Amino acid sequence: MMYSAVRRLLAGIALYLLAGAAPAAIAPAMLQPLAGDDPDARVAAVAAIGALGTPEAADVLRALKDDALYLLPDGRVASLAPSAPAPEGASVIVVNNRLRAAIETALSGMDLLAPGTAQRLAAARALLGQELDPAQVALVQRALQGEQDGQVRSALQLLQALASLQAPQADERAAAARQLGELGGNAQRAPLQARLEQPSAESDAAVRLALTDAVKAIDARQARTELVGNLFYGVSLASVLLLAALGLAITFGLMGIINMAHGELLMIGAYTTYLVQSLFRHYLPQAVELYLLAALPAAFAVAALVGMALERTVIRWLYGRPLETLLATWGISLVLMQAVRTLFGAQNVEVANPAWMSGGMTVLGSLVLPYNRIAIIVFAVLVTAGVWLLLNGTRLGLFVRAVMQNRRMAGCVGVPTGRIDMLTFGLGSGIAGLGGVALSQLGNVGPDLGQSYIIDSFMVVVLGGVGQLAGTVIAALGLGEANKLLEPVAGAVLAKIAILAFIIIFIQRRPQGLFAVKGRSVE
Amino acid sequence: MNKLFSRRAWCALACLVVLAALLPACNLAFAPEHALHVPDYLVGLAGKFMCYAMAALALDLVWGYTGILSLGHGLFFALGGYAHGMYLMRAIGRDGVYQSALPDFMVFLDWKELPWYWAMTDSFWYCLALVVLVPGALAFVFGYFAFRSRIKGVYFSIITQALTYAFMLLFFRNDTGFGGNNGFTDFKRILGYSITAPATKAVLYLATLGGLVGALLLCRWIVASRLGRVLQAVRDSEARLMFIGYNPLWFKLFVWTLSAVLCAIAGALYVPQVGIINPSEMSPANSIEMVVWVAVGGRGTLLGAILGAFAVNGLKSWFTAAFPDLWLFALGLLFILVTLLMQKGLLGLRLPRRPRRAAAAPRQELEEVA
Repeated sequence: MMYSAVRRLLAGIALYLLAGAAPAAIAPAMLQPLAGDDPDARVAAVAAIGALGTPEAADVLRALKDDALYLLPDGRVASLAPSAPAPEGASVIVVNNRLRAAIETALSGMDLLAPGTAQRLAAARALLGQELDPAQVALVQRALQGEQDGQVRSALQLLQALASLQAPQADERAAAARQLGELGGNAQRAPLQARLEQPSAESDAAVRLALTDAVKAIDARQARTELVGNLFYGVSLASVLLLAALGLAITFGLMGIINMAHGELLMIGAYTTYLVQSLFRHYLPQAVELYLLAALPAAFAVAALVGMALERTVIRWLYGRPLETLLATWGISLVLMQAVRTLFGAQNVEVANPAWMSGGMTVLGSLVLPYNRIAIIVFAVLVTAGVWLLLNGTRLGLFVRAVMQNRRMAGCVGVPTGRIDMLTFGLGSGIAGLGGVALSQLGNVGPDLGQSYIIDSFMVVVLGGVGQLAGTVIAALGLGEANKLLEPVAGAVLAKIAILAFIIIFIQRRPQGLFAVKGRSVE
Repeated sequence: MNKLFSRRAWCALACLVVLAALLPACNLAFAPEHALHVPDYLVGLAGKFMCYAMAALALDLVWGYTGILSLGHGLFFALGGYAHGMYLMRAIGRDGVYQSALPDFMVFLDWKELPWYWAMTDSFWYCLALVVLVPGALAFVFGYFAFRSRIKGVYFSIITQALTYAFMLLFFRNDTGFGGNNGFTDFKRILGYSITAPATKAVLYLATLGGLVGALLLCRWIVASRLGRVLQAVRDSEARLMFIGYNPLWFKLFVWTLSAVLCAIAGALYVPQVGIINPSEMSPANSIEMVVWVAVGGRGTLLGAILGAFAVNGLKSWFTAAFPDLWLFALGLLFILVTLLMQKGLLGLRLPRRPRRAAAAPRQELEEVA
């Protein structure tokens, strides 16, 4: 008995304090309709409170949303903390779905005045994604006046222009249309088009002209953005293909070894990345963001060692018998795949992008270029440059080229041809390992990872011309771009089939690839 | 016309055929508890293996004898299977899940009528013609362009692999009209007979046996003829053959197309026996597995191809039942060991090595093998 009395007393005090303090800044007349029966009036009241844009208004709306706004016995409306017990005689104001939606809109609109730029931008974008409530126009205008950030400003201007499309004066509507044409994206096209298609909605000829121009401008900009996006994703795919094929350009292109286990070397690189990531998570959790930097040399070393072991044990016995090499390396690929499946399980393992690689930069208004794609393009350029330097600028590269051009002569002048074979194969395998690190950042890492890249890799090398690094680069670029430019027209699968058909036909025309080796050494 | 086989070889062949034909007979004639009863699954397995052996023969003809390594024969096998499967799908009639005249997968895709390329597929004989014509035409066109531009060796292998890969992607699409990744299945009857009845199975088995023996005789006839010697010359030194005055294009094209057709017939016999065909049959891995059958048995010998298909698939059946995780290890090691240590395959183990004597040597070898 005693306890409940105290509780009632405390609740009463809390009620008094709250009722006295928080909603004081909002006129009771604005709050009163919330407790009424008229649903339209209630929605209008929420919008009106939202348009105030003050922190107190936000508090009231949140309380309403959390079922913590009460109609007091004396007829006042007041909020309580959600956990506080309901006071005697007070009834909670029931919120239905329609009202809840109105509250969400109002609250998101109020974020336009939030202190954080990101929060304001998110609020403006959220409002752009839905029908603008006329009650919020004032809010948008107020936010626009105080706004400094360019991105938020343009979003707000779009909002304002959208609202002005309904303005009574014709020139105001035309100006709004022009502004939308300048700034708008695909989302703003629909309301413009809707007004154009309904003659009753817009009868003024000048405004109609402005609307048509605006739609055209938006379409043109959209097409440009799409093209740039496709080009970017084409380059991105090309860099992936290049990383997958670069190792093969050395083992197949330079040495002539049909290495069907190349895909599995990519997979080994990806799994090494996974292992390094796990080690970092376990032993160096504070530096886990940097695991990729450690994974690069590790993957190179592991794949190169596996490659050299293969060269020593299997491949060297098959030099000069390319078809047998093909079969034996296919066997190796099966063994490696099953070994990984036994060690790590048949499921994909999870390799996370480090934080600095997630997210993306926005260009041309709406096009998002993910950072991981950009990083892989840069990485592909670096690896290619590195390989080129190694082959053309070092003693090892000189030996490699010498052995590939004329093995016997190279042997005669003292080049250890057997060791060079091993090192070259190791280099190609190591680069495949690096490619595996890159692939692990883009897609799934599983035992079948290599299988999905082996045909693409061979296509790139064969198309580019065997023994030509430049050919490999150009073939990768060409295939990547062609694939991404065809994709919107034909769909992903058909585009891929078309590319394969193209390569098959192209090889008929130029069996030596894009950049044929000229001279007697051919064949 | 020289004799195809020696007297002893003919006898051995006849014995084997009779033995093989006894398998379904014992299955039908004896009750399950009888000592001589052959279980159903064994008949099915042997029928399947004979289809594989036929495909291996086809591959051996191009690889072992002509030196063209195809990594895309799975495509022809599957195309033959699909062509026959079209008839089998139509023969389901209205007994499918949706009780429609259209195959179930088309009803599922909400198609209202058959696409044009399904026209007349309710005729068994038309589909049999498709089995031969479609893979044959594809192989002819592809081979013509490839051989004309003198693509050979590994390049040819790689583009055949790309070809089968492209077709696999195509057949995986639902819109292609061949059932997407489920392919064709749930067959009910063939020529009016229930496809699951033991007697139908026995007839299919015997048809496969007949096909295999026919393919063996045909291949034997080809490789023992002058044509076969030109083919082997293509394998051993194509440049020299051209200098002598032959144009290898037509010889290669002939054997390549014939091989594709044989493979397609094997596929067409395979589908009603296993009851399913889907695009994974076209995966590059399947085609390479065919190559290993030939390599294990001994390429360049017809008996070797058949033996290899039975040996590797028998091993596979046993392994995947006894140690499913180890099968890929075993297959991979098989690839490596056969190429490194047993270049002549299983038959090479038995045959004494002889110095090669001009043109007569390979034929002599073959006669011994057979």
